[in-house]
Amino acid sequence: MVIKTEGLTKKYGKITAVEGLNLEVEEGEIFGLLGPNGAGKTTLISMLCTILKPTSGRAWVNGFDVLKESGKVRKSIGIVFQAPSVDDLLTGRENLAMHNLLFGVPRGIRKQRIDEVLSIVNLEKRADDLVNTYSGGMRRRLELARGIMHHPKILFLDEPTLGLDPQTREHIWAYISDLAEKECMTVMLTTHYMEEAEQLCDRVAIIDYGKIVALDSPQTLKNKIAGDVVKIKQKVRDVETIKKLEYVKNVQEKDGLLYISIKNASKHLQDLLVHTGPIDFVEVRSGTLNDVFLYYTGREIRESEGEGGFWERVMKR
Amino acid sequence: MSELMNEIEGIYAVWLREAKIYVREKERLISSVISPLLWIFAFGAGVGSTVNVIDGYSYQVFIYPGIAVMAVLFTSLFYGIYIIWDRKLDFLKEVLVAPVSRASVFAGKMLGGATDAMVQVIFLLIIGLFINVPLTPLVVIKAFLMLLLISIAMVSIGLVIGANLNSPEGFSLVINFVMWPMFFFSGALFPVGNLPSWLERATYVNPLTYGVDALRGIILGINHFPVYYDAAIMLLFALLAMAAGVLSFRRM
Ligand SMILES: Nc1ncnc2c1ncn2[C@@H]1O[C@H](COP(=O)(O)OP(=O)(O)OP(=O)(O)O)[C@@H](O)[C@H]1O
Ligand SMILES: [Mg+2]
Repeated sequence: MVIKTEGLTKKYGKITAVEGLNLEVEEGEIFGLLGPNGAGKTTLISMLCTILKPTSGRAWVNGFDVLKESGKVRKSIGIVFQAPSVDDLLTGRENLAMHNLLFGVPRGIRKQRIDEVLSIVNLEKRADDLVNTYSGGMRRRLELARGIMHHPKILFLDEPTLGLDPQTREHIWAYISDLAEKECMTVMLTTHYMEEAEQLCDRVAIIDYGKIVALDSPQTLKNKIAGDVVKIKQKVRDVETIKKLEYVKNVQEKDGLLYISIKNASKHLQDLLVHTGPIDFVEVRSGTLNDVFLYYTGREIRESEGEGGFWERVMKR
Repeated sequence: MSELMNEIEGIYAVWLREAKIYVREKERLISSVISPLLWIFAFGAGVGSTVNVIDGYSYQVFIYPGIAVMAVLFTSLFYGIYIIWDRKLDFLKEVLVAPVSRASVFAGKMLGGATDAMVQVIFLLIIGLFINVPLTPLVVIKAFLMLLLISIAMVSIGLVIGANLNSPEGFSLVINFVMWPMFFFSGALFPVGNLPSWLERATYVNPLTYGVDALRGIILGINHFPVYYDAAIMLLFALLAMAAGVLSFRRM
């Protein structure tokens, strides 16, 4: 077990950000934390990487206690924070060089590592410019480069691809998968992007109000809950009849619309529409983790935004 | 052995970052040059015209060691405010999560602050040559080392305050209560011997008094205590301040 928590809890005054969390992550796994704003994802990661002390409970990272052996934990991990933490008045390359020194990358391979990660995030041309001349996405890419540069045993990524263009995002997914496989690196990442969780993660924990509400592989979660989703607006509301149909797994109501999860839309749609009666609107799509999330929490994850602070924090000293 | 090497590289990394930023933030560099100039010429010449010659030196020369100490005091203490900005803007997270001890992070920051202050000291020493302060090479070396010791102590105090506060405004408030009494009751601007006795006692509990006394002894040969005694007290104070600094960084 590379990451293990037992009753891990963090309270901020009255707010319980993380509540009695029990979690186990295997070596080499890419593990996703999925949850809406304020669910406690960042708080959990901060405790695991030793910059925040738990209120109660325990956690081990790479076999080391995060409270008692924080030094050893820090030697085993890499982290990309949600809020930008690259140094504005240094160049990209200088930021990376500083990281090499701080994380004890052997002298002989430092230059090579810097060039390697710069090319992965496509920043070679801007490497010698000051970071305060970078765009928001370029800073994000630099942080990613920095987080993976020392090839940590465990990599924490807090919304790694927030604000990145699709091309860079896929580039980075590929690199992370590759690194996880080659170096047997374990990755724990948080995200609001469903596709990111679906494409990248071996397992996903859905977390809401500091608690895990579901945990499994993205495929299993989707099969269990979602299948296909039919979104309809009935002229006369009648949920009970629909719930009784044997191929219907779950019905959620939101903003006057019904989200009906069914096993196989191409087979059952016709029959379903017979039972719904007249409708104003219909849309059929295959289920996503968002539907799983909706099922467990009754809310949708806002897909497109992270913590509002990200862009505001990208500012000059 | 490689552990030690890691720590040393960690200190170097933190220091290097501070040094680069110091050079790049032009305001910081410019104020290092301007403020001592202002003090020596505006204050020294202005007040000096109303004050008699002290111990055979013009007032401007007499307060030169005090001005040097003051410049180091201000720069060093105020350096602590950067740690608050670093924390606010999250630049520090990367360093705090790195596998180097907090003692090393502190040492790197402390040396960074001392570097700022010592660049200023170099300007001051050059100015000193032009206003007839009796500076021989040996005096310059001794004065430099003494000011370095003072700077190390004061940067540490500034970092302790910075590490324990969350807002730059709070820092300015606290630092004013530390800085001004320390400066006024240090004998930087007037000889300690001429003070009423209650004030004299206040100066003796102020560590900076010994710094000023040592420097005046080194440069002008006017001192109340033996210079080695002054230096020992300053060293002790610096060690205590550094210990407090390391403790504060551990809790950060
Ligand atoms: N320093 C703090 N002081 C007080 N409350 C805090 C602090 N940090 C976080 N919280 C609270 O803890 C809860 C969890 O916050 P956290 O940042 O872990 O959420 P998150 O899942 O990372 O959200 P997001 O998706 O927006 O990044 C929130 O209710 C938040 O308001
Ligand atoms: Mg977060």
